[in-house]
Amino acid sequence: MIRLSEITIEAGDFSLANLSLEIQPREYVVLMGKTGCGKTSLLEILCGLRKPTSGSVWIGGTDVTHYSPGDRQIGYVPQDLALFPTMSVAEHLEFAWKVRGASRKHITAQRERTAEMLAITHLLDRPVHGLSGGEAQRVALGRALALEPAVLLLDEPLSALDEQTRDEMLALLLSVKDATHVTTLHVTHHSGEAARLADRCLRIENGCLVEQ
Amino acid sequence: MTPIQRRSDVPFFLVMGGISSCFVILIVLLLAADIAFTSFADFRSAMAKPEIQSSIRLTVLSCSVSAILAVLVAVPLAYLLSRFRFPGRVIIDTLVDIPLVLPPLVLGLSLLILFHLPLGHSQWELESWLREDVGFPVTYRWPAIVLAQFTVACAFAIRTMGVTFDQINPRSEDVARTLGCTRMQAFTQVALPQAGRGVVAAFTIAWARALGEFGPILVFAGATRMRTEVLSTSVWLEFSVGDLDSAVAISLLMVLIAIAVLLALRGLGTLRLGVAASPGARSR
Repeated sequence: MIRLSEITIEAGDFSLANLSLEIQPREYVVLMGKTGCGKTSLLEILCGLRKPTSGSVWIGGTDVTHYSPGDRQIGYVPQDLALFPTMSVAEHLEFAWKVRGASRKHITAQRERTAEMLAITHLLDRPVHGLSGGEAQRVALGRALALEPAVLLLDEPLSALDEQTRDEMLALLLSVKDATHVTTLHVTHHSGEAARLADRCLRIENGCLVEQ
Repeated sequence: MTPIQRRSDVPFFLVMGGISSCFVILIVLLLAADIAFTSFADFRSAMAKPEIQSSIRLTVLSCSVSAILAVLVAVPLAYLLSRFRFPGRVIIDTLVDIPLVLPPLVLGLSLLILFHLPLGHSQWELESWLREDVGFPVTYRWPAIVLAQFTVACAFAIRTMGVTFDQINPRSEDVARTLGCTRMQAFTQVALPQAGRGVVAAFTIAWARALGEFGPILVFAGATRMRTEVLSTSVWLEFSVGDLDSAVAISLLMVLIAIAVLLALRGLGTLRLGVAASPGARSR
């Protein structure tokens, strides 16, 4: 489903060389490693937000190395969530469909489906400022899942949450995993998260990917 | 054990407040002197003059046109400078600031030279071409006022928009692109709505800056009564014919307009743009 082939990144003092990775369809892979080891860069390369110095990116059997981010069928939740401050929760869930010019009826149906799956129906009319950390996480996840992407990329999605909210979000991620079976690459520092969610756990060590 | 002593903050407030109040008092004294010098009758009589009414109309019109043009240029340019690192970026960033540091007369002179510089064997001139072939003469006419105001106002608008875009988290545009947006859609649907208050602030600053422009207008557009006369040139014209009452009355009108603009600016809360704070450089 996802294949990174001999990816090299060189950016100033930072570099990763000849990094290769394969993730099978429906697989939930957790990627760990020290701060600054290149985890986020790898996600950005998968998203198309960063160009690798060399190597290729394959999604679903297609070489997408030169595809724009919107043509890769990926859902992306960055570490800071990057919600759109001028939009309501409902507008977040509708955004991707509106950009694609879907019909109003379809947009509404998809919005309701996503909101129900993430239990945020009661938040739909709310602006995003003032949401709790857990609610904001659900909205960011809903925005990424709205288009039913082939691949979900999560960058430390639970790092800023308190322990109770983290447990709730872990349960939610498990239920999303079971409901959608979306191929997922989840970056985290927490081995507890990895133990509960991962089908497979990888670690970047000294610029190399190591299976755990 | 050393006895506990009560220390006072009064010296702090006396020193800081004393220094700060010097400037505030200077501004208040300037305004008070203007108000004391003129009377309401002088003010009314100055405002009743047809030349001054024409000047007010031309000022409002030219400031509005130059501020709109300034924002139209500032938004894309500030966005590009804020979001992208490209060859020549530092040079462009520096060039943008030149109208801010250039003496106003030099700016007006530069505009005049640009429009009247003969080029090549045929001695082609931009102003001649605009006048004879396009039918839109610029120098010493109202378009020259707009261009002179725009040149300086735009630099201020670019700086304001730059601060605005720097405060908006670029990652929200990245996420929008992963959701199917082109760069243009990410800009128009995600970045620009967040920059709304900044756009209004840039327009207001550009308008206020255009209002105070004098040197480049005098050199490039002249100061012909009822034709290329704006409020700043009205003050000079009245002063040059010895009508100090009218000059001060017009100055007070400009002060009132400036206060209204600045209050509007404060009201818009430009210091708190209400946008998500940028996390700065991307982590990896």
